[in-house]
Amino acid sequence: MSRELDGELGIDLIILGAGPAGMAAAVAARKLGLSVTVIDEQPTPGGQIWRAVDTIAATPHADILGVEYRKGAAAADAFRASGAVYEAGAQLWQIEPGSTSGFRAFVTRDGKAWTVTARAVLLATGAQERPVPFPGWTLPGVLTVGAAQILLKSARQIPAKPVVIAGCGPLPLLYATQLIAAGGQIAGFLDTSPPGRLGRALPHLTRALAKASDLWKGLGWMQTLRREGVPVIRHVAAIEALGNGRVERVYHRTHGGAEAMIAAETVFVHEGIVPNVHVAMSLGCAMAWKESQDCYVPVLDEFGETSLPGAFIAGDGAGIAGATAAGLRGEIAAIGIAAKLGALDAAEAAAKALPRRRQLERELALRPLLDAMFRPRAQVFAPADDTIVCRCEEVTAGTIRAQVKLGRPGPNQVKAFTRAGMGPCQGRQCGYTVTRVLAAAEGRPAAEVGFYRVRPPLKPVTLGELASLDTQRSLI
Amino acid sequence: MTVERTCDVVVIGGGLHGLSAALHLARSGRRVIVLERWWVGRHASGASAAGVRTLNRDFAEMPIALEAIEMWHGIAKLVGDGCGFTAHGQIRVAERADQVAALEARAAEGRRRGYDNEEVIDRAELRRLVPAISPHCVAALIARRDGAADPHRTLKAFRLSCEAAGVEIIEGCGVTAIERKGSDWRVRAGDRAFITPAVVNAAGAWAGRIAAMIGDVIPLGHKASMMIVTERLAPWLDPVVSAVGRSLSFKQSDKGTLVIGGGLQGHADLDTLKSSVDFVALARGARAATELFPSVRDVRIVRAWTGMEAKTGDLLPVIGPSPGASGVYHAFGFSGHGFELVPVVGAILRDLIVDGATNRPIAALAPERLMTIKAAA
Repeated sequence: MSRELDGELGIDLIILGAGPAGMAAAVAARKLGLSVTVIDEQPTPGGQIWRAVDTIAATPHADILGVEYRKGAAAADAFRASGAVYEAGAQLWQIEPGSTSGFRAFVTRDGKAWTVTARAVLLATGAQERPVPFPGWTLPGVLTVGAAQILLKSARQIPAKPVVIAGCGPLPLLYATQLIAAGGQIAGFLDTSPPGRLGRALPHLTRALAKASDLWKGLGWMQTLRREGVPVIRHVAAIEALGNGRVERVYHRTHGGAEAMIAAETVFVHEGIVPNVHVAMSLGCAMAWKESQDCYVPVLDEFGETSLPGAFIAGDGAGIAGATAAGLRGEIAAIGIAAKLGALDAAEAAAKALPRRRQLERELALRPLLDAMFRPRAQVFAPADDTIVCRCEEVTAGTIRAQVKLGRPGPNQVKAFTRAGMGPCQGRQCGYTVTRVLAAAEGRPAAEVGFYRVRPPLKPVTLGELASLDTQRSLI
Repeated sequence: MTVERTCDVVVIGGGLHGLSAALHLARSGRRVIVLERWWVGRHASGASAAGVRTLNRDFAEMPIALEAIEMWHGIAKLVGDGCGFTAHGQIRVAERADQVAALEARAAEGRRRGYDNEEVIDRAELRRLVPAISPHCVAALIARRDGAADPHRTLKAFRLSCEAAGVEIIEGCGVTAIERKGSDWRVRAGDRAFITPAVVNAAGAWAGRIAAMIGDVIPLGHKASMMIVTERLAPWLDPVVSAVGRSLSFKQSDKGTLVIGGGLQGHADLDTLKSSVDFVALARGARAATELFPSVRDVRIVRAWTGMEAKTGDLLPVIGPSPGASGVYHAFGFSGHGFELVPVVGAILRDLIVDGATNRPIAALAPERLMTIKAAA
């Protein structure tokens, strides 16, 4: 149904993303003799966790960000020396498989669009923060912890006034300690993990001890907050951002019913991260609903190949597991791709992959514990009727629920009737919420309800950029 | 044992033409059941650019198109909602002097046939109506009562009006066979069956298959037309704009988004229902848009899609009774320009089924013109 690309497959491998997985895969693929082009939308390598590591790692500012951050510098150096073609500052807005083999990627940079074709593609697009709708979340002054960390990493910016941090998981804690180290102030740390979490997590403890050092690290962060006198409220069940035209105060209520208000002009929220599956979905790769992580993960074989031959996924986009696991998955994928393209035989590939698989297993040991401990509270998926769910089109949860009268519409029908999902974010901020709201209203599992059909362009591309692809002469 | 339901009319296809037929028939007192294989508006109607256009139509369709445009001007009375219809005209631009003569000839031919909906306007009038048009454009053909609507609002309005009139709409119900039962028809959909004296085939791109079930061999292809929708902008364009020699249809919706179509073809498969956008082909439409409206170069495309719709050999719809299967009526094959005809097609089917004949001129759209094999009597 698509175009035949066989005659024009330019290179062996396109890698999408220059974070930990993409960089490790590029280095490994180059060592195995493959021609590689890496496409990444940031101006420098590192992904999110090692954002701006090129420029920051050698400076005192890096001390604020911690020792894990500096590891990124070595990875970036190896990447730049690998011989991979590195298209920085380039946005991929479409990728399509050829009718018999290969892939064509559509990219823009500086107002110009072009295409790259390759025999195989590796998606290393990482993760995004889970959208957390709550009353007032669209007020100016409400950001995610990830956004706050980007400002800290790439621009050394911290809020001038005391902030509220609300969420669950390692990242809000890590950011809180980084903020304190940078001289910031925290008006309140609202821990939204529900009660009973440790109990749910204990069964996974023995496996997790393989990564005991990471556990200690987390405990250390909490102690830092206590030592600095940061007010910590546990088991927060509901939050609201209130104010006239911007956030002025934050209401919170605990699971036990205790309510309070904190004055603050900035709120950072975070309820975990989920794999970026947009590109994989647009390619039609098989997805599985992972109940323990409340998200979709791609269905992959042991080398990270998807259900679409020649399309591989590595890193957090394959499943949330952190930077070290991402690098290992990137290397394993590169080995699998080399074998698929005939640069390695199966026995060589298995032998090379084995030590990496063992390391990966140790990295993944902590995951079930973290998943159980940091599973988002139910309220994240059940916003009140008047809460905006689709930010782009300002569609409320109540409007979504109202579509469930007769019949059981899926997200795509609801999109057509309400415009939810039709805005520039292309469903990234509302997709999971719409799916869960429909699932609850229709009494069926989220996995059955499904997700928006992902339509290109995968990132907004201008009419002028698309026009620049057209090589025919004008009539005039 | 299959439970058999009876009614007065079965409409096959829950798109806009099926809903229009159902609405008119129900309001004439008929018990109507609509059988929709997926969900209402799933295909062509839900992917439509919703241009309400008489401009530049084949003259064979013009009489019914002119009646339909008047119905659009009163659409709120018909279906209880304005459907987002605005009538700022449809314009076909000539970019070069040597294209103007063709526009003048077209307008003259229309007048000769008794239609006065199209006129040629000069550069000054064009720039008054479309200030953002590129200055190189020299003249245009305009139909001032034409315009555009919102396809999803229109679907919702027709659906709600049908239900209010007592139409039963059954979704997820694909027709698998049609056979005679005495002087009636038995329409099978899996293990369900419906007995009816009258069947309307409004099955869009799949209408050829439905026609074959009753012995009408009507060749039917399909189009995979691509569309672009941009981010929202402040309002700056009222009419719908096309251009001589270009595959371009350019409008700004009532939400402020630019809706850009024009018939460039992507890929679509009628059986797997998979469709894909061919961006290399679509780039030509983007270039046409930026050459006619230079100010839109930096406007961001939010989504693009490829719709699936029927296409006949002469690009004219099939509207009329089956020549061989009495009680079966066809209404399909709108070939990318069916939206404007929706209100009148329902009225035509009502005429045919309730009165047994219609005064509305549809002889040129009869199924026979495309059929080489006639069904046995």
